[in-house]
Amino acid sequence: MDNNTLLLFAGIGALLALASLIGFILKRRSGGAENLVVDNLIARINAWWVMVAILGVAFWLGHVAVIVLFYLVSFYALREFLTLTPTRRSDYPALAAAFYLVLPLQYLLIGISWYGMFSIFIPVYVFLLLPILASLGGDTTRFLERASKVQWGLMIAVFCVSHVPALLTLDIVGYEGRNLLLIAWLVMVVQLSDVLQYVCGKLAGKTKIAPRLSPSKTVEGFVGGVALATGVGALLFWITPFSFWQAAGIALLVNLLGFFGGLVMSAIKRDRGVKDWGHMIEGHGGMLDRLDSVCFAAPIFFHVVRYYWA
Amino acid sequence: MLEKLSAFAITSLARMLTGARSLWLGCAPVATQRIYFANHSSHGDFVLLWASLPPELRARTRPVAGADYWQKSALRRYIINKVFNGVLIDRERSDPEANPLQPMLDALETGDSLIIFPEGTRNLEDGLLPFKGGLYRLGLARPDVELVPVWIANLNRVMPKGRALPLPLLCSVSFGTPLAIAESESKETFLGRAREALLALEPDGQPDVETPVHPVATTPEQPAEHV
Repeated sequence: MDNNTLLLFAGIGALLALASLIGFILKRRSGGAENLVVDNLIARINAWWVMVAILGVAFWLGHVAVIVLFYLVSFYALREFLTLTPTRRSDYPALAAAFYLVLPLQYLLIGISWYGMFSIFIPVYVFLLLPILASLGGDTTRFLERASKVQWGLMIAVFCVSHVPALLTLDIVGYEGRNLLLIAWLVMVVQLSDVLQYVCGKLAGKTKIAPRLSPSKTVEGFVGGVALATGVGALLFWITPFSFWQAAGIALLVNLLGFFGGLVMSAIKRDRGVKDWGHMIEGHGGMLDRLDSVCFAAPIFFHVVRYYWA
Repeated sequence: MLEKLSAFAITSLARMLTGARSLWLGCAPVATQRIYFANHSSHGDFVLLWASLPPELRARTRPVAGADYWQKSALRRYIINKVFNGVLIDRERSDPEANPLQPMLDALETGDSLIIFPEGTRNLEDGLLPFKGGLYRLGLARPDVELVPVWIANLNRVMPKGRALPLPLLCSVSFGTPLAIAESESKETFLGRAREALLALEPDGQPDVETPVHPVATTPEQPAEHV
């Protein structure tokens, strides 16, 4: 790890320590009484420690470890998505292909930096393969709906998520060997936006932005969170290949995408009648609950950087 | 030793594959003598239910299985007898004089808990088949034993019939409130009540395609009025 990475993780560690301290004080002020909001806050902060530690270890181990980490992230996300989207017995071949063929192949293509293939593998080849597999089952009930669900799950959980480690494949002049920092910047800005939207919403939230989709999202939280996270993204321009104002613009773009990603994924959850995608991250819900914003931000971020910088 | 290792390997695999979540909704995971009765849609059902119990309960809980299936090969015999310590019952009634429930009553006599599937066979459709009477007769014979409904969700998608490779989808195992047979309650009333209690544990969030969330109107449109 270079100095900038160490500095960045030290900064995140300090931030989390501060968050833990605030959580501790809030807990003490409530006199040890049951307070669901504070308990959930503490659970969230503790989960953040674990997530940052896992990401830190992967960064320390290098590129292959980061690709493997996001492979696992995709696996858990895909599993949550397909668990909640009903399929029929004849969808088995398509589902088996999703888990055992498409998922590993997409990450293999990223591992060998084959841009021409990993950028179209799922949108083109798999898009055509899945309905072929489904049609072989001979079951026409809700055919289009079922084929779309598996395709959608793969697009969100595998294609979109894989664009985070895909940042490692970009050759940026004057930025050689530092691509991991691009991942750190993206993940940090988007996640910080989520956290700050939550904090601003809890402190000042009044006007619900989309009560039917997500009762916890407010205009005040949205504006405050996105503005603050954009500011932090701009201030961190020195770890990216961007200038200050470029970093601000791109941070705003990924934060907006992240916000709308959260809305879209909430709409799917409401339609399925659940509050969370899963239960694997204490206080947060499932992998997809934590990742919805990154899913939407990563591919656009990847292509913006690739088009203008690589 | 080998038995313990096999048990550990099988339960770990089942939990990893399904991310098994045990939801103790109506009772706590304590060492009370119980009959867990569950829905049956996959060969993996009792493995997952067994794996969902804490280790100390697992050691005293025995799955009830059909002898015809489990005595077919040496490997199956080893697994059901040594690893799971299963109670085998004669589904074909080869001896019409024998009480088919006797092996279960014997197991209850030693203080062990049981896992049974009152539908009697694997159900490949939604919902539950009608219950067989064994649950009622066991409950009558041993009123001190708790009858706990257990809903196993999604395992039929993980291991669909006739497919060798399981899919790593998430499953949950929900334990409901223990039932007891009321005084002079008839077999039909009790079995109906037990079936309802089990169905009530089915998670709402994961209805199958077969049962739409918004039921499609089945009544034909009102005939147009004659003009």
